[in-house]
Formats: sequence, structure tokens, C-alpha cells
Amino acid sequence: MQTLKRVLETKKEGLLNIYCTAGYPELNDLPTIVNALHDAGVDMVEIGIPYSDPIADGETIQQSNAVALKNGITIDLIFEQLEKCNKDIPKIVMTYFNPVFKYGLEHFCEQCQKVGVDGLIIPDLPLDLYQSMYEKLFKKYRLSSIFLITPQTSTERLKYIDELSSTFIYAVSSSSTTGKISGINTSDRYLSGLKDLGLKHPILVGFNISTSKDLALVNQHAQGGIIGSAFIKHLRENRSLEEACHTFVRQMLKD
Amino acid sequence: MKYDVNEQGFYGDFGGAFIPEMLYPNIQELKSSYREILNDDAFKKELSGLLENYVGRPTPLYFAKRLSEHYGTNIYLKREDLCHTGAHKINNTLGQVLLAQRLNKSRIIAETGAGQHGVATATACALMGLECIVYMGAKDIERQAPNVSRMKMLGAEVRPVHSGSKTLKDATNEAIRDWINNQDDTHYIIGSVVGPDPYPDLVTRLQAIISEEIKKQMDGLPTHVIACVGGGSNAIGAFYHFLEDETVKLIGVEAGGLGVKTDKSAATLALGSRGVLHASMSYLMQTSDGQVIEPHSISAGLDYPGIGPLHAHLHDCKRVLYSNVTDHEALEAANRLMQLEGIIPALETSHALAYLEKMTFNPTDKIVINLSGRGDKDMSTYINLAT
Repeated sequence: MQTLKRVLETKKEGLLNIYCTAGYPELNDLPTIVNALHDAGVDMVEIGIPYSDPIADGETIQQSNAVALKNGITIDLIFEQLEKCNKDIPKIVMTYFNPVFKYGLEHFCEQCQKVGVDGLIIPDLPLDLYQSMYEKLFKKYRLSSIFLITPQTSTERLKYIDELSSTFIYAVSSSSTTGKISGINTSDRYLSGLKDLGLKHPILVGFNISTSKDLALVNQHAQGGIIGSAFIKHLRENRSLEEACHTFVRQMLKD
Repeated sequence: MKYDVNEQGFYGDFGGAFIPEMLYPNIQELKSSYREILNDDAFKKELSGLLENYVGRPTPLYFAKRLSEHYGTNIYLKREDLCHTGAHKINNTLGQVLLAQRLNKSRIIAETGAGQHGVATATACALMGLECIVYMGAKDIERQAPNVSRMKMLGAEVRPVHSGSKTLKDATNEAIRDWINNQDDTHYIIGSVVGPDPYPDLVTRLQAIISEEIKKQMDGLPTHVIACVGGGSNAIGAFYHFLEDETVKLIGVEAGGLGVKTDKSAATLALGSRGVLHASMSYLMQTSDGQVIEPHSISAGLDYPGIGPLHAHLHDCKRVLYSNVTDHEALEAANRLMQLEGIIPALETSHALAYLEKMTFNPTDKIVINLSGRGDKDMSTYINLAT
């Protein structure tokens, strides 16, 4: 998690985190995408391990998951691909609890550390279970667990999440599935209150950021933004991967 | 009761609430209030009044004379097929709609496989004047057309689900996503003893009336209680009040599809391993990479790759014996019941009946089969196979 920590400490604003689904659009595209994003100036990447039943995801990411699985992606293949990715860019793995559980949590964490993963986002991993059973493992393999907070998360629970966190906290712009709402204007009030939550850890905002304006708004109130569905859509519509990565990042950073 | 859910929401190793943070407030609201509401006298009175006068409870426990003679034993059928809407599902939906009203929710969502839970939800919502949206896999919409029309007539909106295997699993995913996106005004009525804590316990409590009645209707204890299991709500309903009567043999029958040695089956306990599906830890059919396998069963209501966490627990501690029968065996059993007793059972229920072929009997045995639903919705399958 050192790479991620260093980035969070050195760049205090305007961090850009881009999500991609491993195995999408083609089976072996992950290293090309991650490296192109790094070259284009993205600060960190979130790599989705596809799952057959992604309940927190909207249509776009559901589809990229389904395509990747159809392409034949597996967890072991993703670890192999991660080894071919640039070492300097922080990498966060996002997936659901079941694939990790079935793979074997300790083995999974060990592999993550080996290929330079900094942190994990497992949205359906319950906090109490994490604390009682898995926190030790995450620490052993120097992985940061990144938790989600929503506009409905209570103050008490925010404190609990802050305590369990070790790098940053992922604030969802509105309580929804990914990419559900176009734009984040409606979340303005929530976003402007983020700084007053009094959390020890920095906040990155994700869900429903699809334009440079959205990102600029997020950056006023948080240390950075996370973009997923909009990037997946962009990949879907463009042929050359590297070029698509560059144009997307340029578009997002123009405001 | 020693098999009840614990404070953390688990049955032994199974259960829990593996939900994304977005659902936390809803689940918390439900968890902190459902027991109090269910035990409230006014709630109990309203529900039992509806169950008696609207559903037609208690349902008969019918001694099946010719079927008993055929097998040389005593077979009783718990006639849930005679419930209003044609299956046990209404026991749960009425209870949950009353619960939703007390939580001030005006919009109801549900998933459905065979359409029985969808129809029961649409019915309860029509009765209470609530908006109702039912998610149903596109494949199930095709094979259960009469139930789709029924839901629409009852005022529900049926939303087809085209993702994954286009069946019950995917309809459930979509209902969960709807709930994430509509938290304030919406209550999600899960149709089986699956999903995050407290749903398995909530649905168990609402279906337990089946075994409560059987116990009153029988002279002494039965020797066996048999029920089909998809998610497992009719089975838990039929087993619940016998769980601590350890002499009563409890048997759950899963859908074997074309057989558990083929790749077309839905027998979760025969083929599954531990994991999380629809937010609870249980057994599920999955690949070595934790991807959920698309199941197969002739019965849309049993075409599910998971099973309720209490069943997983009862399986592991060997309190219930879980077996499976094939599509073909279920169809044969349906025909037998039609011709020996003049009852057309649902395809789901036929799996429980088919288990009789695998048993050896004592003449003094008293076997209860939960006749969970009637076969009206399955007429096209039965007709196609008869011609």
C-alpha cells in the first residue's frame, strides 16, 4: 500500500482514479490500459475483477463484467496481467466477496501483494466481519481496505469506517448503483459537506462522474474522483485502446 | 429455538448480511423493527384475519387414500395449493406488505421465478393499494406466461430481466439494484428464505404457519415431512415446528434437472460449495473462481443456484436430509398425483412427490408432503409432454 500512500501524501488535490474491468474489452487488454492511463497522467487505477452477479453495479459495468467472463478471464490470469503493469501507479482491486472467498482470502491477499496491489474494495464485505476476521490478513499483506460511505451513512458509522481505514475513503456521490444517474449535480449539497465530516482519512468521490465538469466539482470538495462507467463506455466506443485512454483523460482534465 | 438465527444474523456458519454500504440503512431499519412489528398484537390480528378470510387458512391436511394405498403407507398432503393465488407464497407477501405499511413504504418490489411469488406480491399490493414492481427473468416470462398476465391484471408492472441466465437469480440481482436506487419509499419483498439477514428469519416466521397447522391437524407427530427446495420457503414453513422434534424425519428435495452428473441441474446442496449469493453465506453452485453457475430445472421456481442459509445449516448439522430428483421423475410424480388423487400439482411440488419413489415404507408411517402449489401455471408444460 506504500505506492498508494505516497501518492495520497504528495498530491493533495485533484487525484484522478480510473476504473477498468480486467478482461475487457479483450481478454489481455489490462496491462495496455493501465500503462496507457499511467502515461496519460492518471494518479491511480481501480481494477475490477469480474463477477457474474455484481449487485452494486449498473448496466455498463454489468456488461463489461459479462463480456470479460465470456472472454475467459480468471483471477489467476488477472494476477499474471497485473505483473505486466507499470509498478509506479497505485493499484486498487475491486471485486465482490464471493470470488475472493472462493479463491481463498489469504491466498488472494498474498497474490495481491506479490503483484503490487495496494488496496482492495470489496463492497459487500461487512465491516464487522472485516474487523473480526480479515483485518489481520490485510495488514499482514500490506493491503489497504477501502470502504464506501454514502450520503445516508450515519456519523457514528463514519467514525467506525474512518477507524478501519488506512488510506482513503470512497464516498459515493449518491446512494445508487454505479453509473445510474448521469452527472452529479444533485449531489452538490452532500459533496460540499464532505470536508465537515471530520474524517482523518482523505476522501475520493465516485459513482456518476461522467464529465470534466463533474470531476471539477468533486475536486472542489474532495482529494479526487473515481470514474468507472463513463470510461468503460468510452472504451466500448473507441477502437485503439491507448488512444482511447489518452483522449478520455484529456477530456476529463480539461476543466 | 436452537435452530433460530443468532444475534449476528447467522445460522451456524451461514447467513449474515453481505450487502454494499448503500443498502445498510434499509437492512438496518428492517432488522431493528421486524420482530417488534411481527409480535405486535394489532399486526398479528390483522394478518391472521387476512390469512383466515382472504387466503383460506388453515389449509386442509388431506389424507391421500389412493396414493397411500399405492405406496402401502399413510400419506397426508398439506394443501397449500388451495391458498388464494395457488401456493404458499401468499403467507409471506401478506405479512410483508403489512410490515411495509408500518415502515411507511409506498412502493413494493419483488423478484419472481415461476411467477407464484410475483402473483402473491401483486395480489397483496392490490389488496392494500400499493405500487408493485416485479422483476422476472426474460426466460421465465416466456415459460410462465399465464402468471405474467395475472400480475399485470392485478396492477403490477412486470420488468423483464435480460442479464445472466435470464431467470430467478438475475431477477433477484435486479430487484436488489432497484432497492439500492430507491431506498426511501421502497420495501423489497423477497420471496424465499434467502437474501441478507433478517430476510431468511422474516420469511421463515411468516411461513412457519404451515407446520404450526400440520402439528394441530395431526394426531401425534408425523414420521416424515417432505418438501421441495429451491430457495426453501415452503420447506422451512413445513419443517419449522418439527425441527426440535428430532424423531420426525425431515426431507428436502432439490431439483436435479437432467441429473446431478450432467451440467444441467439445480441441486445446490449436491453440487454447490460455500459462498455468498444474494448477500448471504450459504451453499451455491459456482466455478472454482467463484462465478455463479447458471442452473437448470424444468421448474422455474426451483431454477436457482443457491439455497437459504438455514437449509445450509440444517444440511451441515444433518437435521434435514436433502436429496434431489430429475425433471423426468418430477413429471412422472405429477401424473401419478393427477390420476390417483385428482390433484394437478405445480412442477415445483412434483419434486417432493417424486421422492416417494426413493423411499421404503412401513405401513404405520405417517408421511406429510407439503403440496406447496397447484399446477395451473404449468399447464403448457404438462400439455406439451402429454401430446
